[in-house]
Parts: sequence; C-alpha cells; structure tokens
Amino acid sequence: MHTLKRLSTWLALVLLTVATVTSASAQSDLSGSWVSIQHEDALERGAGPYQVDYTGLPLNEDGRAKALSYSASQYSMLERQCAFWPPHYIVMGPWGLRIWPELDPVTGRTIAWTIGPFEDRGTTQIWLDGRPHPSENARHLQGGFTTGKWEGNTLVTTTTHMKAGAIRRNGAPSSDQEVMTMRLIRHGDLLTVLTIVEDPIYLTEPYMLSKTFRLSVDAAPLLPTGPPCTPAFEGTKEDGSVPHILPGKNTAVDELMTLYHIPVEAALGGAATMYPEYRKKLKDAFVRPERCPANCGGGPQQPAAPPAPAPTPPR
Amino acid sequence: MKAAYALLAALVFVLPVAVHGQGRGAPQGDGTPGPPTPKSTAPIDLTGYWVAVVTEDWRYRMVTPTKGDYQGVPMNAAARKVADAWNPEADQAAGQRCKSYGAPASLRVPGRIHITWQDDKTLRLDMDTGTQTRVLKFEASVGKSDPSWQGDSTARWEAQPARGAAPGAAGGWLKVTTTNMKAGYLRKNGVPYSEAAGLTEYFDLGTLPNSDQVLVVTAIVDDSRYLTQPFVVSSQFKKQVDGSGWDPTPCSSIW
Repeated sequence: MHTLKRLSTWLALVLLTVATVTSASAQSDLSGSWVSIQHEDALERGAGPYQVDYTGLPLNEDGRAKALSYSASQYSMLERQCAFWPPHYIVMGPWGLRIWPELDPVTGRTIAWTIGPFEDRGTTQIWLDGRPHPSENARHLQGGFTTGKWEGNTLVTTTTHMKAGAIRRNGAPSSDQEVMTMRLIRHGDLLTVLTIVEDPIYLTEPYMLSKTFRLSVDAAPLLPTGPPCTPAFEGTKEDGSVPHILPGKNTAVDELMTLYHIPVEAALGGAATMYPEYRKKLKDAFVRPERCPANCGGGPQQPAAPPAPAPTPPR
Repeated sequence: MKAAYALLAALVFVLPVAVHGQGRGAPQGDGTPGPPTPKSTAPIDLTGYWVAVVTEDWRYRMVTPTKGDYQGVPMNAAARKVADAWNPEADQAAGQRCKSYGAPASLRVPGRIHITWQDDKTLRLDMDTGTQTRVLKFEASVGKSDPSWQGDSTARWEAQPARGAAPGAAGGWLKVTTTNMKAGYLRKNGVPYSEAAGLTEYFDLGTLPNSDQVLVVTAIVDDSRYLTQPFVVSSQFKKQVDGSGWDPTPCSSIW
C-alpha cells in the first residue's frame, strides 16, 4: 500500500510537470532585438508618407478635417517636440523593437513584457499578471496602459489611456479614446505584429496594420532606451499659436493625383478604400503614369520623369 | 487516498491537451473513428470566405503601379533590368496576363479568398480576383508536375493549442511551402521572381475586439536570382459570413 502511494505521488508529479511544460511551450519567447523589415509601406515607414495620403484609412469626417489641418511644424513647438507617438507607432514607424521580460523576483514567472522606447516612441509595458486597466479618469501616458494574455503562442494585448496623436505620419489623427489591440505572432526568427486600432472619435471602423520584424542575432543589440529628447528652439512663433492649415487651404490635396493619378477622393481615405470593391471603382478612372515620378526605390535608378499631366479626376 | 486525488488532478490537467492534440478521423465503414487526418486534427479552422483588407502598400495594390516604382522591394540589378522592361500590353497579348497572380503575389491582390477542404488531406484556396486556385497538400505529391502560377504547395499544422483552450479558439498555425512556380511578378509593375523562387507562408487566425475573425498571412519569398534578401510581407483578411461579394474576374496584365 505504501509503495502504491509513493508511485501515485511520483506519477502525479510527472504528469503535472508534463502539463506545465506543454502549457509553457504554447507561449513564445519574445525577448531580443527585432529588426524592422521595411518591405511593405516602405515610404510611409521610411522617409514618411505624402502629406495628403489617407488611402486605406477608415477616417470619418472629423478625422479627415483634422488631418487636412495638420502642419508638420507642430512638432517644432517646444511643448510638442518630445510628445512621442502613440504605441501604434510600433508598426507604423521605421524602428526595430527591443523586447524583454519582467520577472517576478520570487517565482521567476514573467509578469510583463516590455517593448522598449526608441526616439519618438514611448515604452510599452504589457502586464500579464491580471491587473485591471485604470479608471477611465486616470492619467493618459505616452505609452498608454497595456495588458496581455496568451492565446496559444500569440500574445494578445490591449492598450488604453494613450495620448492623442497621429495614426499616420502625415497627421491623420488618433484620439485619446483609442483602444489598440496587438497580436504578436512569432514564427522562428520572424515576429509579425498585427495592430487593430479602434477610435470612436476619428475612425468609422477598426483599422488593421501589420508589420514583420526579424530577430537580430549577429548585430549589436538595439538599445533598450532611445536617445534622450531635449526640447530646443526650432524657429516657431513664440506667441503660443499652433501651426495649422485652415479648412480648404491645404495645397497638398492634389499631390497624389499629380504624381500618381490617384483620385483625390481616394487620397482622402475612408473605410471604402480598404476593400477590393474600391479597386473596381477606380478601374475606369485610373490612367497609369508613364514612369514613376518620385520615391521610386529599387536602388540606383534613372532620373525621375517629370510629373505627367493628370487626367480628369473623379473627385 | 491523497495520492489518488493528486493523480486524478494531474490527469484532469493533462488529458485535454492530449485529446485535443490527437483528433479523430472520419468514421469508417463499421462506425469506428478513422485514423487522425490533417482535417480532423486542425488546430484552427481556416475555412470560409475572407476579404482582403488593403491598408498597406495601397498604391501598389489598389491601382496598377507605375513603371519604375519599386519602393520597398529588395531587388538586385538583374531584377531591375527585367522590371524596367515591363510591358503589360505585350504580356497581355502573349497570354501571360496571370504573371502577377502567382502564389508569391496572389494574396496581395485585393479580392476575396475561399478556403475549403478538398479532402481530408488537402486544403483548397480559391481567389476570385484572377480566378486562381491554390492546392495545399498535407502529403507530398508523387512525381513531378509542370511549373504553374500557383506551384506545388506542401502544408502542415504547427504547434499545439494552449492547455485548456477550446478547440479552434487558440493555438497553432498553418505553414505552407511552395516551389515549382512559373516565373512571375511580385508586384504588378513587373518586379520579377524567378522559377527558382521559394515561398514560405504562415497562416494565423485571431479574433478582433468586435468578434470578427481575422486571418494574417506572413509570406516570405526567397529568390537569390532577383532578390538581395528574402521579401517579407504580411497580409490580413476579415472573415465573411457568406459568399456574397464573391466576384470571379480573369487575370489582367493591364489592370
């Protein structure tokens, strides 16, 4: 009887160990330096998008109006120079990611994952210990407040309490009411991050954006913090006014039409521009320019052709 | 007695993992379950209609991009030479109008996809734009077929669901490797891939906060003939309740 008891206890321990290992193996180790792969949206994530290119953004009228009023000089204002981008800049921006776990010093369990800041993006700390999100009246931070849970080997996160910012680097806005969901999916040395942005102030439906990073094993690791931001006078007016463009005065509205023959209506975005039916709508209106006029990529290239005359556009 | 309880508790923890990981095949003639098949052991359900959500590379996907616009593609000089000679009218006339609908590019084409089980060991992926079909086989084919736009794809499930997860709710993904493709275009404006290219894809499922299902496909194209490094893009699709909106259209080099 004693032997059976001991055997049962050992068997139970072995089975529980197997269960624990199985559970843990369903998660992924996200730690390391993840290099940004810029093969899609290369212009948007690199040099930056055209001033009025809201294609594929489900903006509502308020969002569009605010985007059109945006002046990049706003970031020269002393009080805005260090106003970092909201956490969706993880996939929207050009930088790689340095990710590390925060361990409970007693149990050794991972209680959070930290995505380190870099230059114009704040820290994102993903809490896994079940703590609730703060009250809706709590202070909003540049990095927001993020919780996460594992679904299989995908880390699913929810971020609230962000500051207002931009959803594209041309001033298409995001509000402080934004809720961002991320899905961090690791396959070997690749990490695909899908973000879903919900914003009741500026978007008509959720906005999805994904980006893939590659684990860096042979280069110096990314810094866990970005360089410090020190505000300095950059020549803006000192009367407290905010650089902006008045309604109807944005001269860049026709830029995509002039360069690429993209109709102004498409450049102004909206949920319809995200779906295949919109391509069919453009079919009869679009006339392909002869050659790429600017930002052509592809390494050494011939001089860009002058912008071709635009066809009569559908507005 | 305590030891017996401990054993029971351990079994309760372990069994759901083991059972879910095994799956059961279709009933055999005598009513007993058949051997596990890729269909019966699928950790996620990819079947159904999906619509592309085009929020990235919009200018290269929603319109036919301009000649010479190669932003983002890690192409070498040989690729540039080929792309600079792109002539969509000539492709159309030569019956090569599907060159931008091959497997490395087909899921970047704005459209809908329909995923079904062709049999217990084969997933079928139909695309309405360009009217293309990919066949994802969980068992290697015997013999060699002629190169085609969609090539030969081998599929396998990877990973297991987390302990306690409901079947299909979480965990696991589909990995697909494709070779034996006809040379085609990564982008519609003539950015080439060669017949030696290889394609690796990961299909992952998720649920949006509004309960919509989303499919993310991460694709890696290896082609030492035309690329200086693997070309990596990720595309997302939203689940549709039915086939409304399904609109098969032929390939076009020009549009």
